[in-house]
Amino acid sequence: MSALPMAGAPANVNAVGLTKHDYRGNPTTLCQGCGHNSISNQIIAAMYEMNVLPENVLKFSGIGCSSKSPTYFMNRSFGFNSLHGRMPSIATGGLFGDHTLKGVGVSGDGDTASIGMGQFKHVMRRNLNLVYIIENNGVYGLTKGQFSATAERGLELKKQGTNPYMPVDICMEAVISNATFVARSFAGNAKQVKELLKAAFAHRGIAVLDIISPCVTFNNADNAHHSYAWGKDHEEPLHDITYIPPRSEIMLETELKEGEIREVAMHDGSTVILKNLEKHYNPTDRYEVLRTLEEAQRNNWLTTGLIYIVENAPTLSDTYNLVDTPLNRLSGADLRPAPAMIDKVNALMF
Amino acid sequence: MNKAVNDFSIIVGTKNGSGSSTANNTILRAIFKMGIPVSGKNLFPSNIQGLPTWYTIRASKDGFTARREEQEIVVAMNPDSFTRDLASVAPGGAFFYADDIKLPITRADIAIYPMPVKKLVRDDHNVPADFRDLVGNMIYVGVLVHMIGLDFDTVQAALNFHFKGKQKPIDMNLNAVKAGAEWAKANLEKKDPYYLEPMNKTEGLIMADGNTAAAIGTIFGGAQFVAWYPITPASSLAEAVNDYIPMLRKRKDGKNTYAVVQAEDELAAIGMAVGAGWSGLRSMTSTSGPGLSLMTEFAGLAYYAEVPVVIWDVQRIGPSTGLPTRTSQADLSFVVGMGHGDSDSIVLLPGNINECFDFGWQSFDIAERVQAPVFVLSDLDMGMNQWMSKPFEYPKTPMDRGKVLWEKDMEDLKGNWARYLDKDGDGIPYRTIPGNKHPLSSYFLRGTGHDEQARYTEDHVVFQRNMERLKKKYETAKEFLPKPIIHGTNGAKIGIIAYGSTEAAINEARIQLEQDHGMKTNFLRVRAVPLTREVDEFVGKHDQVYVVEMNRDGQLHQLLSLANPESATKLISVAHGDGMPASARWVREGILAKNTNGSKPKSVEKKSSAKKTVAKNGKKGAK
Repeated sequence: MSALPMAGAPANVNAVGLTKHDYRGNPTTLCQGCGHNSISNQIIAAMYEMNVLPENVLKFSGIGCSSKSPTYFMNRSFGFNSLHGRMPSIATGGLFGDHTLKGVGVSGDGDTASIGMGQFKHVMRRNLNLVYIIENNGVYGLTKGQFSATAERGLELKKQGTNPYMPVDICMEAVISNATFVARSFAGNAKQVKELLKAAFAHRGIAVLDIISPCVTFNNADNAHHSYAWGKDHEEPLHDITYIPPRSEIMLETELKEGEIREVAMHDGSTVILKNLEKHYNPTDRYEVLRTLEEAQRNNWLTTGLIYIVENAPTLSDTYNLVDTPLNRLSGADLRPAPAMIDKVNALMF
Repeated sequence: MNKAVNDFSIIVGTKNGSGSSTANNTILRAIFKMGIPVSGKNLFPSNIQGLPTWYTIRASKDGFTARREEQEIVVAMNPDSFTRDLASVAPGGAFFYADDIKLPITRADIAIYPMPVKKLVRDDHNVPADFRDLVGNMIYVGVLVHMIGLDFDTVQAALNFHFKGKQKPIDMNLNAVKAGAEWAKANLEKKDPYYLEPMNKTEGLIMADGNTAAAIGTIFGGAQFVAWYPITPASSLAEAVNDYIPMLRKRKDGKNTYAVVQAEDELAAIGMAVGAGWSGLRSMTSTSGPGLSLMTEFAGLAYYAEVPVVIWDVQRIGPSTGLPTRTSQADLSFVVGMGHGDSDSIVLLPGNINECFDFGWQSFDIAERVQAPVFVLSDLDMGMNQWMSKPFEYPKTPMDRGKVLWEKDMEDLKGNWARYLDKDGDGIPYRTIPGNKHPLSSYFLRGTGHDEQARYTEDHVVFQRNMERLKKKYETAKEFLPKPIIHGTNGAKIGIIAYGSTEAAINEARIQLEQDHGMKTNFLRVRAVPLTREVDEFVGKHDQVYVVEMNRDGQLHQLLSLANPESATKLISVAHGDGMPASARWVREGILAKNTNGSKPKSVEKKSSAKKTVAKNGKKGAK
């Protein structure tokens, strides 16, 4: 029996006719309570709410706990679980296959800030059309609890003793490397994670999302920077953020407080609205961005929100002036020069 | 004095960065255009400016193109190498030198020709001071025009080609050639027997280097993605792709069907290439030994995850940084067993310029058909030096994209598909490509253990089943690989097996072995690994098989011995790894030094590069 004419689409189906279930992955094999799982759930929710067809997304990851997580969302998307620290290069080549696809990459602090630092910084420079999520817990989980490069100096871990080195600030590295979208959040702040994911997905180009994602097993002492307790106490949101889908009217929520409101238009016509809290934070001003990150570091603040954005920068595939048809749909006739060209080439030799 | 025509070698000693390559290439091309078979080899240092560099040119009426170890004509432009250059002239040969070098001439057995290079260039007021050194090199070209009969018109044609028809530099250089020739005519008396005379033996041939040929072959193969990182001697391969692809793949809408990306290192270069191969592009990277070491990690992933990608290795001599500007065939063992864990590699071994072109496009067909990385091992001698060659031939077969399923195929199969399922029993599964919109087309590629559906599994039975299927796939792959080339002599019981750029030297050595030593040989040139049946049959048919290669350890010899344990005692390694291109002499002497029975050699020259081996074995040939 067909649906009643008055009923419309069932409430649990989005504008592309999919249910939330269509965005799910396999059951997680990560630890119970792992921050990574809540991030996967927010990815599912964000993609569902943004009416994204899973077939239009490519998932990428490196190696580590975080890099397993693309298995736990969007089974209908193609995915590539690559090598430790090498996700950016795989994504770069992979996205050349079809420039109409969007990449979602999930990496960890070891995968990005240690073994993968070189590729991380170079993929920023190239402005690949990729949402680059770092599930940052300051610790190596799969190998049972060694320090990562983002662990703060002085952190004490059971077997490792005290960390003697300064941490890498992923957001600062991203800004310095000319990323065009840099944001930070905290896995415990589900609403902000989801809104930033949506904004990152709408951004055309590289979108870095550093999500502090506590390791419940190896790095969750109350005084550790990457723990839930520390994160909750030290979180310093730059602004409230609300993502407005492109086809909806832009409306401010009534509960927004006084203060400057800045709209940031996304490439696809959608808008991110930032509400400054205490200061007139301008995420398009590199000077202020770097000053804010430095200040946060000195004060032990976990600066969250949209930290930096450059709009309308050409993406990697723009730079290459590719044909409209995805490269991987081209036929032999498009790719092999005509027979007459062989004589031309031979004539060019001496 | 009897004339010696079209059968001698010239070596020019200059300072690196002095601009002599234009002059040397001009001599090479002018001889080629005179119809005389010729080859040129650049023996250059790993340096931008200042160190000695040599360019050797061999004219050979009989068509031999391998390096010779003797030179009859030496041009010395560099005081730093003057003494060594003077000593290197063959007795009875000719020595041309820039007369501003004031060093003692210690030879009376050769013709000595000083050239007032600096004075002649200074006298031409049209040459700006900055250009004097560059143009000065053209003086020796001019001197050779008069002294050995290098044809002026073909010199002009060569310069015209080099400067792409730009009149100003052509004139400036041509004037220096004229000045050199006129000065020589007025001032030098011919005292050596060496002459060039026009022939018609290069008609219909082209001249090209292997890297350019590989790049053009790659483009005719429909390359869509090239990622690379600069490294000698492979850089000019990717650069040639950049040079030729805009012209060869030009479209009316001005848009591109390809991308060439210079990566941040070799890890990223192959990473990008593997990513692109996975997403359905004809994808390639090019490198040399040190870069290949870095690429090992991704090569293992591409093997296990079954991603098509082409990797060109233009070999230079290692280990480690080694000699960056010297040639080698020493990466074979490394590539054959590349990666940790059990592994297999498909390796193509081009032996000449035409095969660099052919394997350029064929490698993509093989990679996509087999869903595997395909390595193509060229070398510096083939890749960077100019070789005479038959013209490139348009691909004879259409592009083979292998077993790929798109939306319609998925509908027809009603979703009955799994990424690693051996449906056809040949070990090669079907693959879907990112961007496929069928809801059941996706899979999650991984380097971790996986089942037929590409899902992670630690099940030991499933793991082993997959590894056995991979083994089967590489067995199937043999039917898609280029067969070996066999050169035969009637009734020969002695075989030679080799690969790559040594072919010219081996064919020349085979003639010498038969004429001077009565040793008839058959020659099989391997063109791919895994080795095919034809190689086993060749070994089986011969009493002795010499395996000739440019490395220390006899890497192909080891491979053949493993593949044919029952015939291993027949296989004799003739390996030589000093970074120099193969010469007929070391091939001949290497074989003679190892000859123990059958047709005993009639004579062995004493000046053997393989002398140590001879002495060690205590088997000096009878004089």
